[in-house]
Amino acid sequence: MEKPFAITLDPGTSLSNHTGSWRTERPVYVHRLPPCNNGCPAGEDIQGWLFHAESGDYEKAWHKLTENNPFPAIVGRVCYHPCESACNRGQIDEAVSIHAVERFLGDEAIKKNWAFPLPVQKSGKRVLIVGAGPSGLTAAYHLACLGHDVEIHEAGPMAGGMLRFGIPQYRLPRDILDAEVKRILDMGVTLHLNRKVENALTAMQEGGFDAVFLAIGAHIAKRAYIPAGAAAHVLNAVNVLHDLETGEKPLLGRRVVVYGGGNSAIDVARTAKRLGADEAVIVYRRTRDAMPAHPSEVHEAEAEGVLIRWLTTITQAEEGELTIEKMCMDDDGSLQPTGEFETLQADSLVLALGQDVDLGLLEHVPGIEIEGGVVKVGENMMTGCEGVFAGGDMVPSERTVTVGIGHGKLAARNIHAWLNGETWVHPPRPAIATLDRINRWYYSEAPKVVQPELDAVRRMNGFEEVVQGLNADNALFEARRCLSCGNCFECDNCYGVCPDNAVKKLGPGKGFEFDYDFCKGCGICVAECPCGAIDMVPEDI
Amino acid sequence: MLKQLEGSRAVAEAVALCRPEVVCAYPITPQTHIVEAVGEMVREGTLSPCEFINVESEFSALSVAIGASAAGARTYTATASQGLLFMAEAVFNASGMGFPIVMTVANRAIGAPINIWNDQGDSMAMRDSGWLQIYATSNQEAVDLHIIAFRLAEEISLPVMVCMDGFVLTHAYERVDIPEQAEVDAYLPPFEPRQILDPAEPVTMGAMVGPEAFTEVRYLAHIKQMQALELLPKLAREFEARFGRDSGCLIQRYRTEDAKTIVVALGSVVGTLQEVIDTLRNEGHAVGVLAIRAFRPFPLAEVHDALMHAERVVVVERAFAIGQGGIVADSIRKALQGRPAPIYTVVAGLGGRPITQASLNAMLHQAMDDALPSVTFLDLQTDVVERALERERSHRRSGPVAEGVLKDLGVKAMQYV
Amino acid sequence: MSHQEVKFYQTGTFTVGNRLLDPEQRSVQSTEERTNALNSGHRACQGCGEALGARYAMDAAMAATNGQIVIANATGCLEVFSTPYPETAWQVPWVHSLFGNAAAVGAGLAAAMRVKGKSDVRVIAQGGDGSTADIGFGPLSGMFERNDDVLFICYDNQGYMNTGVQRSSATLPAARTSTTAAVGKRPGHQLGMGKFVPEIAMAHHIPYVATATVADLRDIEAKVTTAMSLRGARYIHILVPCPLGWGSASHDTVRLARMAKESGLFPVFEARDGEVTDSLKIRHQVPVEEFLKPQKRFAHLFGKQRDEEAIGFLQARAERNIRKYHLLEA
Ligand SMILES: Cc1cc2nc3c(=O)[nH]c(=O)nc-3n(C[C@H](O)[C@H](O)[C@H](O)COP(=O)(O)OP(=O)(O)OC[C@H]3O[C@@H](n4cnc5c(N)ncnc54)[C@H](O)[C@@H]3O)c2cc1C
Ligand SMILES: Cc1ncc(C[n+]2csc(CCOP(=O)(O)OP(=O)(O)O)c2C)c(N)n1
Ligand code: SF4
Ligand code: SF4
Ligand code: SF4
Ligand SMILES: [Mg+2]
Repeated sequence: MEKPFAITLDPGTSLSNHTGSWRTERPVYVHRLPPCNNGCPAGEDIQGWLFHAESGDYEKAWHKLTENNPFPAIVGRVCYHPCESACNRGQIDEAVSIHAVERFLGDEAIKKNWAFPLPVQKSGKRVLIVGAGPSGLTAAYHLACLGHDVEIHEAGPMAGGMLRFGIPQYRLPRDILDAEVKRILDMGVTLHLNRKVENALTAMQEGGFDAVFLAIGAHIAKRAYIPAGAAAHVLNAVNVLHDLETGEKPLLGRRVVVYGGGNSAIDVARTAKRLGADEAVIVYRRTRDAMPAHPSEVHEAEAEGVLIRWLTTITQAEEGELTIEKMCMDDDGSLQPTGEFETLQADSLVLALGQDVDLGLLEHVPGIEIEGGVVKVGENMMTGCEGVFAGGDMVPSERTVTVGIGHGKLAARNIHAWLNGETWVHPPRPAIATLDRINRWYYSEAPKVVQPELDAVRRMNGFEEVVQGLNADNALFEARRCLSCGNCFECDNCYGVCPDNAVKKLGPGKGFEFDYDFCKGCGICVAECPCGAIDMVPEDI
Repeated sequence: MLKQLEGSRAVAEAVALCRPEVVCAYPITPQTHIVEAVGEMVREGTLSPCEFINVESEFSALSVAIGASAAGARTYTATASQGLLFMAEAVFNASGMGFPIVMTVANRAIGAPINIWNDQGDSMAMRDSGWLQIYATSNQEAVDLHIIAFRLAEEISLPVMVCMDGFVLTHAYERVDIPEQAEVDAYLPPFEPRQILDPAEPVTMGAMVGPEAFTEVRYLAHIKQMQALELLPKLAREFEARFGRDSGCLIQRYRTEDAKTIVVALGSVVGTLQEVIDTLRNEGHAVGVLAIRAFRPFPLAEVHDALMHAERVVVVERAFAIGQGGIVADSIRKALQGRPAPIYTVVAGLGGRPITQASLNAMLHQAMDDALPSVTFLDLQTDVVERALERERSHRRSGPVAEGVLKDLGVKAMQYV
Repeated sequence: MSHQEVKFYQTGTFTVGNRLLDPEQRSVQSTEERTNALNSGHRACQGCGEALGARYAMDAAMAATNGQIVIANATGCLEVFSTPYPETAWQVPWVHSLFGNAAAVGAGLAAAMRVKGKSDVRVIAQGGDGSTADIGFGPLSGMFERNDDVLFICYDNQGYMNTGVQRSSATLPAARTSTTAAVGKRPGHQLGMGKFVPEIAMAHHIPYVATATVADLRDIEAKVTTAMSLRGARYIHILVPCPLGWGSASHDTVRLARMAKESGLFPVFEARDGEVTDSLKIRHQVPVEEFLKPQKRFAHLFGKQRDEEAIGFLQARAERNIRKYHLLEA
């Protein structure tokens, strides 16, 4: 073609005009810390594993999840999911049901026999773990992953700690527990049951261990002074639940009163119902808002017919009946007796007032500091005694399964570093991916998937699991409700909305790159990034 | 084939022989008959393939033509007067972009006052638009020039305006020789555009050009147009060889060789002048006529050669540059730069006023005596203008002068076509 | 709705793409193979909505026609910022003639394609709101009336931006422009002036008329694709915020387009043969204020004393659109 001078031009020649020089600010891709991750006591990369679940690659998602927590099927059932309380989506409609997807992945792994990868190299170091509860088992898992020889000494006849002897089966079926414990043992972790450690230091030295992690939980039921007649039938929650697990059916009677406001109280009351009690009443001193038990469990208990007497104390226990007193809360929130008394029919009274730690095994260990009945540890989870680490319910904590798991992980990392003569430092935490950085427009309206529950009649027929899991379809749906806070999920928005084609698409899984030769720094990509994964930073000029 | 035809029809047939692929039509007297006739041929299927488009304005007529030409179609349109001005912006654009569109201008006066009759004020207003302009002196020439115009436009990749006097030519029934299709086909090969919008080879046409290159663009446009000074005679010779008629040279001389007085003119008045010259020659006067066919580019050298020996030059113009004088005369003056011979401007036939042999004859006698004012308005009713001027002087009156003048002439109301 | 909604939670059809979508559900803009008909290096202002809209539309047209398009472009920002000698940002056959004749040039291109038997080559004519609603309105109407086989796209930034932000007949009432200063008794553009070309286009009963905004990429792509599947005169009117003319932050371009639609001030709909067939529903309705406030051209409405008359006027217009185009019904 004969092109007239200057009037007719060859296509695409504008590429020689580098408009990037106009820029005063530049967009950069960032990874922010999603609030869910920040809220997870086990330090899971929730957004990270949801990313794979969103594509239906559940195995990858499970592997990503278990990098931090070996118990998705368990925590998917029993964790109080603080991640969900922190979830940004909670402020839009409802939080992503992280635990439900987590549970689905855990169950999927059990069904499909997914296993943990074995460590490539053995370290030659031996670590003793005392207590096969969630904290101890988690430490064992991580240490095994890091190549250490791990041996667990467990006082009880079965592994699991409070997972087995506290949390009832209708919330955590035992085959699930067994499967997830077994997967850890399959890594070569040795477990000695019925082996109570009496002295931590000697156990370590005699066994030739290089370090020890203590995770013995808190098992001694707390008592409260209640004047009781000789014939009064007074029990405690941990024992009731423990007995049930070991096959001894506790004798509770027709009318059971539980005293306390924590999860054990709820669990005992619900258990009593399942054992045939006509009436299960929880007597709690404070109000609903103040109750430490998780609202979802209170709700489930009430649905099963458990009655709760708020602002009430027990002043006297006699055979077949209790005297209770109404309380009131004054302006500053403190409780005051009202002097109004009432009688309550009760064949048994179960005390669920919390547990203390049995610290016997530390009596002769030097350097240990005890405060408020629990063992003090440093940031590295080490007690005052070199090489002796501790975590879970026995150290100052919220006493939940997931906190225990988090401690187990943290302890494992520190033990590993300590064994290598190093100090483990937490990698720098990126800033939180806050909701104000989310461009809500882009997310579809998607109400949370409700997990089906067992109907009330069937619940009372035994210990069948109450809350049901998701299937592959609705797990996918739920995973896709995730906003991917602060982390690119390859929605192509930046690639599309740039008026200057200054975003390069690198292909699936590879994300995008800015072409600073042409980016004018308008910031549309930043504003229109749904998840807030782009920052605008000033250009040095 | 010899035919007795109206000028418009003859041109329409010539255009059709050139196989235009896109024809845009918008009515305006005295051009309308041309596109009507082309439209009919398209409807009948005698001109095919051809897209005949009834546009909503002349601006769009030429804009559609621009688009069609950009896509490589041979494109034709026609207009006159107000229509030409209405498309003015596109006129400049078409030439700036180098699209070889052929357009007939059926010359007509420009308003106000609105006037449907012939003069060349319209095409003269567009003389610097970058188009080639050729003026036909007769309908036969108009026919032939359209055929040559397509060839010229496409070879040089510039648009060509073929100007023919409205009514005088467009509406005159004359015997014209309409060439055979095969002959035209042999003379005019299919259009091969220099540049084309084509998905297979994308280009950007019509870029914005700033001070860094605009001068060069204009310089090149000038050079390109000047090439027609060689090309047109060459094409005319080829035409003559094939069709046996000389219709396309830059200029046409009539009894000028030994003429002391040469009259210069464009368009149909040349025929009248030739008859007047014959009469004067019979009376023994050495007079001749020089017809300028190509006004753009202006054939300075040829005009110079033709007028070199004349003692005086009389330029008969069918247009007038108000506030300045003769438009053609100016160019003649340039061609004759340095020669002392007087150059008279005679403004004639404005707004359709007949140019009679008698008036021309009288005027030329005056010229030969060098008694002609340097600018003369032929057959000007001096009493009328005097009275109007007088009134102007005595009191500032409202309303256009023309209205007053018509009143003086006793003309009450006029129906415009 | 013109586009097929993707039943896909997380972002559904709202984002440009998504790694999880089936290839056939992907938008043109999300693909690495998109034409980038308007390429990098053009000189549009930072955050120019017109540059964005033009690439969205042209890339979609390229995809819909297998690369067989030619474009006639009117004078205006889009032309000026894309083709200053010696560089052009266009990668598709493109011609600029004049400010007011793009529709006619398009008609000429279409006629040439037809006569040359190249009907597979499709013609698009495009320009700003000034060239569409004002100076080129006659040729546009002529092209519509003749039902020429041309898709005309108007990039509506509500003013003559290229010449320094003067008002056009598409400028919103009350807006400040260089020729409707925010001074005097009635600051900004007169209330009650202006025209809405899509409705006039419909009055020509042409096969297809649609409106869109740069905030709904999927919608633009679907509409361009639909338009390219039809023959005859078609018209798409795309709202393209102009940071310079609107006095808005460059990063707000897409957001403002969204607010215009979500407030009802700019109705997004489709019409076939002169009848409205569908409209894009408002998802999260906002008062017009949310659209107006971030723009300096409306700053005078929110001064010491709010201009309730003007705000009310615009709100009423939004409500009329909502009623007329059923923007709130499901
Ligand atoms: C009824 C009940 C319900 C609960 N529900 C929930 C819930 O829904 N969600 C939640 O997050 N948390 C719940 N918790 C709390 C949770 O179970 C504990 O916080 C968690 O199990 C603590 O884990 P751990 O590993 O520290 O200790 P544990 O689980 O108590 O495990 C400690 C293990 O150490 C063993 N051990 C003790 N002493 C020795 C020794 N000297 N030598 C060897 N082994 C020893 C024990 O036998 C036990 O197996 C509940 C607790 C109870 C009591
Ligand atoms: C006939 C003519 N009149 C005026 C101009 C000056 N002019 C060029 S672009 C333009 C405004 C363009 O406005 P619009 O069509 O809305 O496009 P925008 O620049 O806003 O994208 C004007 C007035 C011109 N080029 N031609
Ligand atoms: S939306 Fe997703 S990434 Fe964001 S907090 Fe919730 S689960 Fe985490
Ligand atoms: S949208 Fe494009 S030009 Fe604007 S900041 Fe992002 S990359 Fe740069
Ligand atoms: S003035 Fe407006 S339309 Fe023009 S380039 Fe700038 S932002 Fe785009
Ligand atoms: Mg505009």
